[in-house]
Amino acid sequence: MRIGNLWASGEGISRKKPTSVSVGLRQAEKGRVRVSDVTIEFNTNGQRNRAVDGADLSINPGEFVCLLGPSGCGKSTLMNAIAGFVKPTSGRIEVDSRRVTGPGPERGMVFQQHSLFPWKTVKKNVAFGPRMAGHSPTECDSIARTFLGMVGLSDYAHHFPVQLSGGMQQRVGIARALANYPDVLLMDEPFGALDAQTRSMMQQNLMDLRTEFHTTIVFVTHDIEEAVFLADRIIVMSASPGRLIADIRVDIPHPRTHEVVTEPRFVELKKQCLDLIRAETTRAFQQQGQSV
Amino acid sequence: MTEKTESLDREVAEAEVAAERPTSSSGQSEFASAKPESSASEKSDDIYALVALWRSAWWMRYVVRVASVLALIGLWHLASTNDFRLLLNFENVPEPRIVWGVLVELLSSDTFYRHIAASVERVAIAFGLATVSGVALGVFMGRFRLVEDIFSPYVEIFRPIPAVAWIPMAILMMPTEQSSIVFITFLGAFFPIVLNTMHGVEQTPKDLIRAARALGASSGSILIHVVLPAALPSIVAGMAIGMGIAWFSLLAGEIISGQYGIGYFTWSSYSLIQYPHIIVGMVTIGLLGTLSTLLVRYGTRPFLRWQR
Repeated sequence: MRIGNLWASGEGISRKKPTSVSVGLRQAEKGRVRVSDVTIEFNTNGQRNRAVDGADLSINPGEFVCLLGPSGCGKSTLMNAIAGFVKPTSGRIEVDSRRVTGPGPERGMVFQQHSLFPWKTVKKNVAFGPRMAGHSPTECDSIARTFLGMVGLSDYAHHFPVQLSGGMQQRVGIARALANYPDVLLMDEPFGALDAQTRSMMQQNLMDLRTEFHTTIVFVTHDIEEAVFLADRIIVMSASPGRLIADIRVDIPHPRTHEVVTEPRFVELKKQCLDLIRAETTRAFQQQGQSV
Repeated sequence: MTEKTESLDREVAEAEVAAERPTSSSGQSEFASAKPESSASEKSDDIYALVALWRSAWWMRYVVRVASVLALIGLWHLASTNDFRLLLNFENVPEPRIVWGVLVELLSSDTFYRHIAASVERVAIAFGLATVSGVALGVFMGRFRLVEDIFSPYVEIFRPIPAVAWIPMAILMMPTEQSSIVFITFLGAFFPIVLNTMHGVEQTPKDLIRAARALGASSGSILIHVVLPAALPSIVAGMAIGMGIAWFSLLAGEIISGQYGIGYFTWSSYSLIQYPHIIVGMVTIGLLGTLSTLLVRYGTRPFLRWQR
């Protein structure tokens, strides 16, 4: 495998194979997310369970925001609400001033398990969004080629997902979400199931991809280092009920490489997050202890 | 890993043979201590080589299968020529030689083919109808709870009724003899296809439906691009089961009524005391059933290439 150039740059690809699709820089005015006083409750065994409690959050176009928190803190629930899979019990979610009432192609989603369609080839998976949007078969084909090139998987266009490794599958998942030209890209622990080496490479690649696309990204993770490495902003969530307890700006300049993890500022931010999360986890543990 | 076990077995077998060759003295010492006589050791070398050959040649498995069938014919020959009688009574069972003669004779007659054609036609019509309607109903039952609640009582109650029990009502309800036999055959194939389709549809991974919705798919597109392909392995399994049941439902129908059909042929041979014909009929039914099930399995294989 070409480790040095896993995700070839989109520019290079389009120069080699001119297509009608422009993959250039997206004007960074779309992709504003506004979460206002959102509370999400579930009924479990007759009990009302509050997963997200009064969340207020405003994400600017092109921003990379990590939702960080211990497991079960409702960060995935909040993201699913932005995606439109979960309806907030109260409050309001808007993307570019349009209220979210259901899933839509302007909000791309990358899941923890790749959730590619196993019966479709890699290329057909990537072409699925454009096809649903009503593009002609030739357009779909060229869009799919472009985005597969961008994640470095042009050679695997006719493979089925089972024939790929976990990291490759996730790259196809990212290409599939991007092929819809979403204004917001929602990523739910996308690298959580990968091994450490692959994960670190995927993070680097996502950073590279960001220089191409200035899509707003909301990224759910419980991995502090991942959050500090990737994000412009880290929103720390507390567990039961899920509240937004901190909004940390990551002022480490781009482009970041993995050497950044040893820099003092990185370590400092990491410690800040770690302390917040540790306090929260301890509190949650004590709470559980009392309720038992 | 699992795909490769066969070839790995082969390598292991070859490695074993190589290790047991007398040239490698270190491998030999342990072996020799167990069996001190060198001639015995050589003999077991041959056995190892034979075992390795058996395990390495893919066609050996088919040789064993064919030998197994020949062995049964041999036993049948012995039992019927000696009028074997213990638990099973072979006094009235014709010898294989005579059955073969009748088979050859029948294969050159038009009527035998007409019987086969009649049965195949009925199964084809009934199975086709059962597949189309069974998949359609199964998809709706799997997708919509209300549809499931409306139809599942019928499925549960009618499914256990054997084909033979349907015969009187089928004759009373259907206009022609042909249609009543097709109806009974249809029922046999219909229920397993409905149930398997429903379960397959219900087991569509929720994440895939979510992914499709997030990519802008309408519910119609989700049905075609996600639900149906996800249910396909289950639908195919239902079709294979349905095909088997269709054949024995068909036979039940043909035994009671009809002028043509391989079931009618078999049963009328009994009335006409043509015992060799019965065996020819039975073997034909077995072969037709097996062939049609294989047709379902292999015919659908190109659509299931994406599976592991």
